[in-house]
Amino acid sequence: MVNSIMNIVKLNKIKKILKDSSVGIAGAGGLGSNIAVSLARSGIGKLVIVDFDVVDESNLNRQYYFQDQIGMKKIDALKENLLRINPKIEIIIHDEKLEKKYMDVFFDDVDVIVEALDDAETKTQFIEEIMTKIKDKPIVGASGVAGYGKINSISTIHNGNLHMVYDPDAESSDDDVLLSPKVCIVANWQSDIVLQILLDEKL
Amino acid sequence: MSITVNNRKIEYVKNETVNELLKRMKYNFPLIIVKINKNLVKKKDYSNTIIPDNSEVAVIHMISGG
Repeated sequence: MVNSIMNIVKLNKIKKILKDSSVGIAGAGGLGSNIAVSLARSGIGKLVIVDFDVVDESNLNRQYYFQDQIGMKKIDALKENLLRINPKIEIIIHDEKLEKKYMDVFFDDVDVIVEALDDAETKTQFIEEIMTKIKDKPIVGASGVAGYGKINSISTIHNGNLHMVYDPDAESSDDDVLLSPKVCIVANWQSDIVLQILLDEKL
Repeated sequence: MSITVNNRKIEYVKNETVNELLKRMKYNFPLIIVKINKNLVKKKDYSNTIIPDNSEVAVIHMISGG
């Protein structure tokens, strides 16, 4: 009995912390759309999402969009989907392509930044720029999401404010398939690290 | 005398630069992020940054897909 009361107290504390937290997500593709959904379901109060792309039929094998959203801007479609899950969440969307030298501009005010981009060069540039310009901000990135099976080669590398979900054995998405299971595992792995950062800090 | 690279303990080599460590680890990827003890090491500094004993090193090969 005492135990269950303790759990309710802890649960309410966790809910409050997450509701008062904000997370920035760079990219709304396979990683970003699934991360946003996972964080919305977790009760994060505010999400800032940046993407320039449009929903394509080929995205539907892994990205959190629907047939009737093909042709829509991803940020608009994602906002619609997130609000269906949690109408109370504050969602700020930016229809922008992240450009070198200005990659940090949308993320000044969030508690944690998530790198959910696709091209290796852009990913590298983004992580380096955030780590150089906003040194104190935790960033959660991912590298190696293509393929299927051999999931055990994924691990987490924590170094200072950088947290990477990393599969060193993965092929580039230019040479291997992108499929829902692994993409969603990595997306949810990143989301779990976000929760860990927020809760470790404040709980 | 050892350093940790991506959660794995390996032998410490005196006066080893980032470039030399990458060669020793057989990392020849074009796009990597290197951090030593929480500090980002930029590509231009790979040849003149010495890795101290007991360092915690992250070497992440950036792979397309997301």
